[in-house]
Amino acid sequence: MAQNGNILEAQEVRKEFGGLIAVNDVDFVIPRKTIVSLIGPNGAGKTTFFNILTGVYKPTRGAVFFDGQPIGGLPPHKVTALGMARTFQNIRLFHNMTALENVLVAMHSRIRGGVLRSIFRTPGLKKEEQEAHDRGRQLLEFSGLRRKDEEYAKNLAYGDQRRLEVARALATEPQLLLLDEPTAGMNPEETANFTTFVAKLREEQDITVLLIEHDMKVVMGISDRVTVLDYGEKIAEGEPKEVQHNPRVIEAYLGTAATA
Amino acid sequence: MRRWALPIAVIALIVSYPLWAINEPFRAFFVDRLGMDMDTVFQMAVYVMLALGLNIVVGYAGLLDLGYVAFFALGAYTLGWFGSALFSGQNIHFLDVGNTAIPGFHLSFWVVVPLAGLICAIAGIIIGWPTLRLRGDYLAIVTLGFGEIIPDVFRNGDSIFGHNLTNGVRGVTQLDRPGFGQTVNDATGGFLPDRYSSLPDKLKPWFYTILFMCLVTIFVNLRLRDSKMGRAWIAVREDEIAASAMGVPLMRTKLWAYAIGGVFGGLAGSIYGSFINGIFPTSFSFQISVIVLVMVIVGGMGNIWGVIVGASLISWLNFTGLGKIGSLLNDGIPGHAHDVDVTKYKFGIFGIMLILMMLFRPEGIIPSARRKAEFKEGEGEAVLYDARN
Repeated sequence: MAQNGNILEAQEVRKEFGGLIAVNDVDFVIPRKTIVSLIGPNGAGKTTFFNILTGVYKPTRGAVFFDGQPIGGLPPHKVTALGMARTFQNIRLFHNMTALENVLVAMHSRIRGGVLRSIFRTPGLKKEEQEAHDRGRQLLEFSGLRRKDEEYAKNLAYGDQRRLEVARALATEPQLLLLDEPTAGMNPEETANFTTFVAKLREEQDITVLLIEHDMKVVMGISDRVTVLDYGEKIAEGEPKEVQHNPRVIEAYLGTAATA
Repeated sequence: MRRWALPIAVIALIVSYPLWAINEPFRAFFVDRLGMDMDTVFQMAVYVMLALGLNIVVGYAGLLDLGYVAFFALGAYTLGWFGSALFSGQNIHFLDVGNTAIPGFHLSFWVVVPLAGLICAIAGIIIGWPTLRLRGDYLAIVTLGFGEIIPDVFRNGDSIFGHNLTNGVRGVTQLDRPGFGQTVNDATGGFLPDRYSSLPDKLKPWFYTILFMCLVTIFVNLRLRDSKMGRAWIAVREDEIAASAMGVPLMRTKLWAYAIGGVFGGLAGSIYGSFINGIFPTSFSFQISVIVLVMVIVGGMGNIWGVIVGASLISWLNFTGLGKIGSLLNDGIPGHAHDVDVTKYKFGIFGIMLILMMLFRPEGIIPSARRKAEFKEGEGEAVLYDARN
């Protein structure tokens, strides 16, 4: 796979669960430093597709390239180490760890640690831990979680839990960030703040973003490109405006009567 | 300063135990009443070590291991291989303090103990590699199987392709005892004993040796808890999928927990074998796996101090405590002569204890803050899901 402007390429990716085709030969690219949204009705296969990209599922067929490198079948922790991070649709924080600890866990592939070094607490390790803690606190602050470091994740307010999920994903130092319905359950104000935050990520940290989202205001507001899935198939792709007026998309969302 | 007063007092009392508790006037209470003679105290300390090792596997990484006795056995047999006359065709001595005329492999005790740890770490990786892919109940069942297989291997190991590797049911006896040798003894002015077995109060050096090993175990437990690996263990315990998505390699993280737990089982096994001076396949039964697990649970999974208290309490009850309580009851109840042998009901009593603990204090005697939170999960979760509907 030649190096080109795409950070991620999926070629004819297919996933079957028994007789059910959850993702049907989808071709998909994410150009570098863009915000791409993946939309579609409930059960369209968006999250399954996400899980294939991040290594949770192995595709039945097809190939996925990250930064020109094939990643199909790699376990999730290796995909993360390469520079892809994700959040979960139904928040999956480490509930009984503090906010800071959550973020520190995510630095796993970026710090050396080492069991023997930890037991003897060598000066190098002490310094590394100190730096990791500092970086973690900065990241929490950047994500809008100031002074929440020592709070257990499960005691955080819902919006803060969502923020912590993103902070944790950012701690893996990703080039590509995959957000699975990040604004679900947020009020309009929180949603607006979050949209600004995602835009800031791209501007300030050069992070490419893939977004699964139901809130069309968010999708149309920040996406460079939008891909629409329905019944596991890609039915439309393009700039937000084009997609918005695509009859197949309207049909998928509203039924045949709407286009008639 | 006040925060440290209690721990320092406790440590001072434990360290000086052989100096005061077994002499009058305390002897009447500690030894005669409680049955905490030096022999018992030593074995309690061995169980503290075992429980701290299992705490890493069960308490930190959340892997239910029902076959921990396998490491205890393997550690003891390591001493059998490298510190006894088992291989009577050989005569190799290396820095040991025994008689050089005795045949067999005889490495210095201080080499055998870490070697036992190393062998158990390797065994942990070999056993863990295929099994740690399993989750929850399945892992428990497979580890249970390994706990049963290993003693059986030792039982039948007296003729493996014609070689006698374990001496079968007859076990290995006449094991090497620790000691520092004449040179070190002279150099330290008699402070470090030449041979433990040659001293008049030989239980004292044994006690300090196991105490030192316990302190090392506690130290490693503490350091690992606050390390990158410690955080990864908790993350894996909390949510495997999220942990792996955050870059934590699941297999490797679990293998580390299993191997490090195995190391402490092996260390404890090797010194225990030497102390008991006899290693038999029947000494390493499933009961030990269960009782060590109960120590961890009753004490407070994941909390080092809780585990130490749990292990001390239950091993004391197991060795002499129940018997002493029984005779106290028999003597104390007036009327005709009582003769109830309480120790016969040991496992019934432990079972009831465990049930009562689970009902009234499932987080253990001294719970870790995190575990306590886990047992009170209900409220937090409800808020989370309500918001999504």
